Amino acid sequence: MRVHAKRAIALVTGLLFPAVVMADWTMNMTPGVTGTSNQIFSLHMTILWICVAIGVVVFGVMFWSIFAHRKSQGHKAANFHENTVVEVLWTAIPFAILVAMAVPATATLIEMYDTTESDVDIKVTGYQWRWQYEYINDDFGYFSSLSTPRDQIENRQAKGENYLLEVDKPLVIPVGKKVRFLLTANDVIHSWWVPDFGVKKDAIPGFINETWTRVDEPGIYRGQCTELCGKDHGFMPVVVEAVPEEEYLAWVADQKAAAEAERQLTEKDWTLEELMARGEKAYASACAACHQPNGAGMPPAFPALKGSPIVTGDMEAHIDIVVNGVSGTAMQAFGGQLSEVDLAAVITYERNAWGNNTGEMVTPKEIFDYKNKE
Amino acid sequence: MSAVADTHNQEHHHGPAKGISRWLLTTNHKDIGSMYLIFSFAMFLLGGSMAMVIRAELFQPGLQIVQPEFFNQMTTMHGLIMVFGAVMPAFVGLANWMLPLMIGAPDMALPRMNNWSFWLLPCAFLILVSTLFMEGGAPNFGWTFYAPLSTTYGPPSTTFFIFAIHIMGVSSIMGAINVIATILNLRAPGMTLMKMPLFVWTWLITAFLLIAVMPVLAGAVTMMLMDINFGTSFFDASGGGDPVLFQHVFWFFGHPEVYIMILPAFGAVSHIVPAFSRKPLFGYASMVYAVGAIAVLSFLVWAHHMFTVGIPLAGQLFFMYATLLIAVPTGVKVFNWVTTMFRGSLSFEAPMLFAVAFIILFTIGGFSGLMLAIAPADFQYHDTYFVVAHFHYVLVPGAIFGIFASAYFWLPKWTGNMYDETLAKTHFWLSFVGMNLAFFPMHFLGLAGMPRRIPDYALQFADFNMVSSVGAFMFGVTQLLFLFIVVKCARGGEKAPAKPWDGAEGLEWTVPSPAPYHTFATPPEVK
Amino acid sequence: MADPQQGKRSNSRVISWCMAGVVGMFAFGFALVPLYDVFCDITGINGKTSGRYEAGTRSGQVVENRTVTVQFLASNGPGMNWEFRPVVRSVKVHPGEPMTVNFFASNPTESDMVGQAVPSLSPSEGTLYFHKTECFCFNQQPLSAGESVEMPLIFIVDPELPEHITKLTLSYTLYDQGKPVEVSGPATADTITNNNG
Repeated sequence: MRVHAKRAIALVTGLLFPAVVMADWTMNMTPGVTGTSNQIFSLHMTILWICVAIGVVVFGVMFWSIFAHRKSQGHKAANFHENTVVEVLWTAIPFAILVAMAVPATATLIEMYDTTESDVDIKVTGYQWRWQYEYINDDFGYFSSLSTPRDQIENRQAKGENYLLEVDKPLVIPVGKKVRFLLTANDVIHSWWVPDFGVKKDAIPGFINETWTRVDEPGIYRGQCTELCGKDHGFMPVVVEAVPEEEYLAWVADQKAAAEAERQLTEKDWTLEELMARGEKAYASACAACHQPNGAGMPPAFPALKGSPIVTGDMEAHIDIVVNGVSGTAMQAFGGQLSEVDLAAVITYERNAWGNNTGEMVTPKEIFDYKNKE
Repeated sequence: MSAVADTHNQEHHHGPAKGISRWLLTTNHKDIGSMYLIFSFAMFLLGGSMAMVIRAELFQPGLQIVQPEFFNQMTTMHGLIMVFGAVMPAFVGLANWMLPLMIGAPDMALPRMNNWSFWLLPCAFLILVSTLFMEGGAPNFGWTFYAPLSTTYGPPSTTFFIFAIHIMGVSSIMGAINVIATILNLRAPGMTLMKMPLFVWTWLITAFLLIAVMPVLAGAVTMMLMDINFGTSFFDASGGGDPVLFQHVFWFFGHPEVYIMILPAFGAVSHIVPAFSRKPLFGYASMVYAVGAIAVLSFLVWAHHMFTVGIPLAGQLFFMYATLLIAVPTGVKVFNWVTTMFRGSLSFEAPMLFAVAFIILFTIGGFSGLMLAIAPADFQYHDTYFVVAHFHYVLVPGAIFGIFASAYFWLPKWTGNMYDETLAKTHFWLSFVGMNLAFFPMHFLGLAGMPRRIPDYALQFADFNMVSSVGAFMFGVTQLLFLFIVVKCARGGEKAPAKPWDGAEGLEWTVPSPAPYHTFATPPEVK
Repeated sequence: MADPQQGKRSNSRVISWCMAGVVGMFAFGFALVPLYDVFCDITGINGKTSGRYEAGTRSGQVVENRTVTVQFLASNGPGMNWEFRPVVRSVKVHPGEPMTVNFFASNPTESDMVGQAVPSLSPSEGTLYFHKTECFCFNQQPLSAGESVEMPLIFIVDPELPEHITKLTLSYTLYDQGKPVEVSGPATADTITNNNG
């Protein structure tokens, strides 16, 4: 009966709302893919069943009274109102149950606080509204931002399978290795959560927190920011790709090479068109959340770029704002967040998009010189 | 309210003043109680309509109705208005109406302060609600207003929000002092502490909690104010402050606050269940001790809201154990209520329906609370919809159903008329179904991994969100029926006797219905 | 209400007690700030390391057969654009042995600025056992336009560091404290125009 009802509801909603077809009726926590997450899962199930058992007993007595001791059935009320033995018992028994719950919980917690040597250390920094991952032993790092197109969010396009749970560059970690995360934040408090790992830890500005995981199965695992961090709190997912170790090492080598290549790209001669094309992408991931894809911004907090005197005026002032930010406002210093190429591309894009047609461009080399000028 | 039954007291033989000044200047506990109740219901509808906006946006994935920044303002204002505008004033209203009647006092001990503490509230909420129309919008950092999101990154209206919190804090503190003075000084001769009705007991303890924690909240927002406007850095890491400190201070207030919103409901239900079971309350003394124990423990558990901020192991364990302990006195209360019903002679009028639903659903909320107390598991539950489900299960069927139960229970005493039982039962069943439909699926959403306070979600959460929204709309619309029932009851209906419920006990049932404008000018004897 | 006078008196007594409670709790709210710092000092829970080095029972002796990795992280606060990094990523030390490391900071902008570094240590349990004998933490560090500096840090890991901790991470976040006070000039918001040249 219930299955039919479920199917019927699923069918009806499915017909009415195409997006819902992909949805499922997941009702329980995931056991996950790490030792920790499995322990949490079994703890969760144990406590749940204990609660259900207590509920059955208590509500059982209650429903039996409701059923059998009704005035309309002519039941006469008894007159007892005290019984020390019973009262002591139902104080002591719950206490014993709680102790029984606390024992496995304590064991799991101690294991989660394990501080033994790790194989990979990754610094995770929360920004409004994306994550930065730095592989501190390998000297490279990058930002990971939501890659779901604006059109899907605003319902102009069908939603993809991993709607809101997809990023441009996922975090990559090796399976079977202990990975230690060092969390902090740049602006407000964020919280880094991957349900499949059983890992959730707050990233707090000015403070460092640590947690760890050891993933047993390769795969792509998705989570989200779980501490309200402002406007786009719902739009900063966490995506982690766990890969076999050889693959991981190859990936690390690639990343290092790519970082080198990026440095070389700085030297290349760029055309306006090339910069515009790259700038559109970089703008979408770094700037559009606040200044909006159409450059209209959201005044007063996020000024419009379209027709802005800074964007259409003096080039150096524009570079300064993007590279160094504006102290005391939401405008961050992107100098350390974006590569020279992306900085040049974004600035060039802003100066030529949405009718700002200044025709001016700035090359990555010029940005590099600007940043290193004495 | 009309009849003046009391002729003994020389000072008070006049009836209520006429016109608007009756309400502006009144020092009568019944008038003030009514104003509190009406105000809180208005706030309930306002906060509720914000919840409707939230649920409408979450009806489907994608952004349809509001933008994320407005969504955050809605969640923030919904929380603040429901906590400080709906639930707390409703209990103060019930206290104003019922405490003097229950202890045989002619009025509250400090009637002029009583007037003040009420009229501060509309001022506070006028300020709070006006932030919606300010540049940069209303507060958007959640009702918990964690720094630095609320300080360095808060909208310009934050200063007004702080001011509003200060005013409502002053109002609550004044109300609490009044309650304490009334209960300690104005009890009828012979009413010893351990003979006090439980609603009086729970309110006495609640009032002490209010006095202990509202100033801490005031301190927290004052520190915020100084961080924002005077360049201090209590909570700003860049100046050597600590954002986590804010959470400690906030939850030192916040956890007792949770009990402030539930203890008076415990008291009311402890009157209603025996009345409709026609059997005395089981374990009166243990009920009193349990409430006391809950109140004391509530000061030792605050960091269970902060298991993920990076508290060291010893701290996690302490707060986990202390939190688990709260289950013991709470369990005692539930067992006592169930045993009161056991072998009674039960009937199910609207107050009893709400009270029974209160016990069942509050216990479910208690179970999820127990699960959340388990620190390792909390790493998965924290800040997900599981938490949203949990606290709505303790607050909606807890506080709100407790208030509805009390309202139906005492409406005949207030208005002199019986309410429409059929409509009231309809109100109950629609609320019951709507509420469970709205909040039960949130458990599943949270376990499946949906974070709270997000305006849009991944597709796997779509089905339950839709169910939840439907339930929420149903619950929301149903509350208009309550308004109708109360208005209808106030305007007329079957005349209520002094004691409309045959199993009810207490001094309030010894005065006529409606309760005369002045009661107990000569204190009754309590044996 | 046999005696209204007495009723008034007991009311004012209740009010006085309650107001004392209210004032006391309001003060307590503020007292939580220093109390929390004291509490953190004792337990080390917020990872704020203390500068002092109180000799433990085994102090003065270097535990040669144990090494602890100390890892350094540097972050910039919002709007801070100095280059800021540890000169070495991590060092291995024996508990009890003093160690000097340097942090590099340079101001690439065209204006004089002041930075301030805020330290934090993880795991927080180790905070009590990490002693800095010289540190630039919480110091106002001015750097004129284009200037750079190496800031030294001397620390000792306590020999009593619990055995299960093998790695300590010391993180500094560098915050922009605006312009040096002695330089009179336009406020930060005006830096844009300042850089026009």
